[in-house]
Amino acid sequence: MADIAAPAYRIIPIIPVLKPGAMEGVKSFVASDKINEALGFPGHLVDDWHDRAIARMGELLSKYRSLRVYMDACVHCGACSDKCHYFIGTQDPKNMPVARQDLMRSVYRRYFTLPGKLFPKLVGARDLTREVLDEWYNYYHQCSECRRCSVFCPYGIDTAEVTMAAREILDSIGYGQKYSNEIIGKVHKIGNNLGLPGPALEDTLQGLEEDVKEDTGIGVRFPIDVKGAEVLLITPSADFFAEPHIDSLIGYAKVFHATGTSWTLSSMASEAANFGIFIGNYDQLRKIALRIRQAALELGVKRIVVGECGHAWRVAYSFWNTLSGVGEGADQNDRFAQMLQKQLDHRYKQPMHICEFTWDMIGRNALSFDKEANDKHIITFHDSCNVARGSRMGDFAGGQFEIPRNIIKAVANNFVEMSPETIREQTFCCGGGGGLLTDDLIDLRVKGALPRMEVLQQVVDEHGVNFMATICAICKAQFTKVMPIYGFDRRMVGGVHQLVSNAIILGDK
Amino acid sequence: MDMTSILFAILFYFATLLFVVGLLYRINTYARTPAPLKIPTTPAPTSKAGVALRMAREVVLFESLFKANLWTWSMGWLFHASLVLVLLRHLRYFTEPVWGWVAFIQPFGVYAGLTMLLGLCGLWVRRLFVERIRYISTPSDHLMLVLLIGIAASGLSMKFVAHTDVIAVKNFFLGWMQFGIQPLPADVPLYLHLIMVASLLVIFPISKLLHAPGVFFSPSRNQADNPREKRHIAAWAQQLESES
Repeated sequence: MADIAAPAYRIIPIIPVLKPGAMEGVKSFVASDKINEALGFPGHLVDDWHDRAIARMGELLSKYRSLRVYMDACVHCGACSDKCHYFIGTQDPKNMPVARQDLMRSVYRRYFTLPGKLFPKLVGARDLTREVLDEWYNYYHQCSECRRCSVFCPYGIDTAEVTMAAREILDSIGYGQKYSNEIIGKVHKIGNNLGLPGPALEDTLQGLEEDVKEDTGIGVRFPIDVKGAEVLLITPSADFFAEPHIDSLIGYAKVFHATGTSWTLSSMASEAANFGIFIGNYDQLRKIALRIRQAALELGVKRIVVGECGHAWRVAYSFWNTLSGVGEGADQNDRFAQMLQKQLDHRYKQPMHICEFTWDMIGRNALSFDKEANDKHIITFHDSCNVARGSRMGDFAGGQFEIPRNIIKAVANNFVEMSPETIREQTFCCGGGGGLLTDDLIDLRVKGALPRMEVLQQVVDEHGVNFMATICAICKAQFTKVMPIYGFDRRMVGGVHQLVSNAIILGDK
Repeated sequence: MDMTSILFAILFYFATLLFVVGLLYRINTYARTPAPLKIPTTPAPTSKAGVALRMAREVVLFESLFKANLWTWSMGWLFHASLVLVLLRHLRYFTEPVWGWVAFIQPFGVYAGLTMLLGLCGLWVRRLFVERIRYISTPSDHLMLVLLIGIAASGLSMKFVAHTDVIAVKNFFLGWMQFGIQPLPADVPLYLHLIMVASLLVIFPISKLLHAPGVFFSPSRNQADNPREKRHIAAWAQQLESES
């Protein structure tokens, strides 16, 4: 790990020269038998993996229109070819989105299309050999499913969908990834990704109450498992103890306190993250989401609010209604969804992002701030990929960009934007999303952060930026790890609610 | 009747049949495959009308490609827009009397033939000389461009180099549409043009040309962004609920 060095900034951010094979040896750790079996996957690579992989692929093609259409529609135009942060950082051509898709498309053509069966060479079709399978494993674990490529594709082809399908196939033949599968196991067993058991969680929250009391003199509460609370807060477990995440958790608590909102956490659903999306497995995605449904039903809450976490917000916003009925608009005879939807208060969005909650309260003049408390910071905002391209906030398209920025501007005086082709829907992934936030991929993570680091350096040089706010637990963890390698202070990264926490005026209003 | 005319008539019945049946089969497959999750690439329109507008911008203006790469966009758009004009111009071989607007666009259609060729050559140059585009190209990607360039060039040669008896060509196709075979002029450029067009029809439903119907079925582009307001669930996913 000591020899990890950051790649040099590009003088002009031109498209890099290809370095074929540069990352072919980079292989995320494979899951052990125990980890795989806990999720119902075969423990290790099965003997008839070839036939089972092809059968699984056929099944996915019939269940997912995305995969079906995306396998056929690509014309190799190259629109996506220079858009991936991992390609820019590694120069490995197989990290171009189109080439990454083609790892699977070549197999699709061989087994599922007439030209590929008759003239494989002509149309670039390949047999699924062990070499191809290993290539799948390596390169489909060099994609963070950030969807930047899909913004630019004339047919909207989303490499994330292909990566998810590939990982789903790999899991089904016993060739899963250690990092993601181990974490999913912990969620089922203990309730959160970090494996923090209930009593430890209660201790932590109590400690936080004492810290905040000492700091502000005000008894801000951090309640857990409170039946009949108005709001159930679902937040990434990193918020409970990791730096700088915890400062945002304090921010949420202060907002609830200042607005007199009764709220609670849940020990059973003490995790917003849902790694089921990363491995593309609908059953896991659903099972993990159902914990939140169960907690909401048991605690009898009226609202569900989600903390700062990128993919968790995508899952909550885009998928929860489908998976668990958290939302509205279910059929009258849809008994499953109605059970919960009758309980929720539909004067509010269900689920709601903590930024929507805070911005709404700012709009109602329910919060007041001492903006000067943030004057030490010159702030920029890193749009997290899953929030930017897989979800929304508020009532209009693009609210996910405006609302966090509006909050920052409401609580601080100094805000500057990074280069326009790297923010909003064109934002670059931090380099650690999609199940890649693991030390065995640190080389990839450092290289993948390159495009973001380049433009951050720009605003540091030009405007003296010293704080990059973001609303994703993975972004926060990834940046605190890789930014020192690029020569930045790790404390430059923090949450939007950390800034809220700094400036919020508690007590007498 | 000469044998060649009969063979060409049969070739076109065969190619048209494969084109229509193949395409309908594909479209049917796309339409019947469920999209279990809401995955529009956001920011996305929140209403169906908004989705229609997004799709129109995508199909007519190639909006996403414009954001991605101006060279590919300009050459690609030039080719596709020209192709539309050229196809419309060819309606005169299948209608009698020729519709007024088809007669009107005839001269533009000729220019479009030239710009179509230009666009195709621009795309091929990019495919041949830009390192990363060459890397992702398969032999079929090159051949597809060669085929289209061949169609455009052979068509243009009949306009600018050696005229074909277009009245006879029209009679051939008017007869063909009513299952009556009329003589086809014995011209090599015409034969080449027709063989290549028939090949294109046959290849269409089994190749990347499926991007044409595919774009309309792409969930990242054709879904409205309203997952919180309306529960969206596929039939196979709903089944999981009754099981548990």
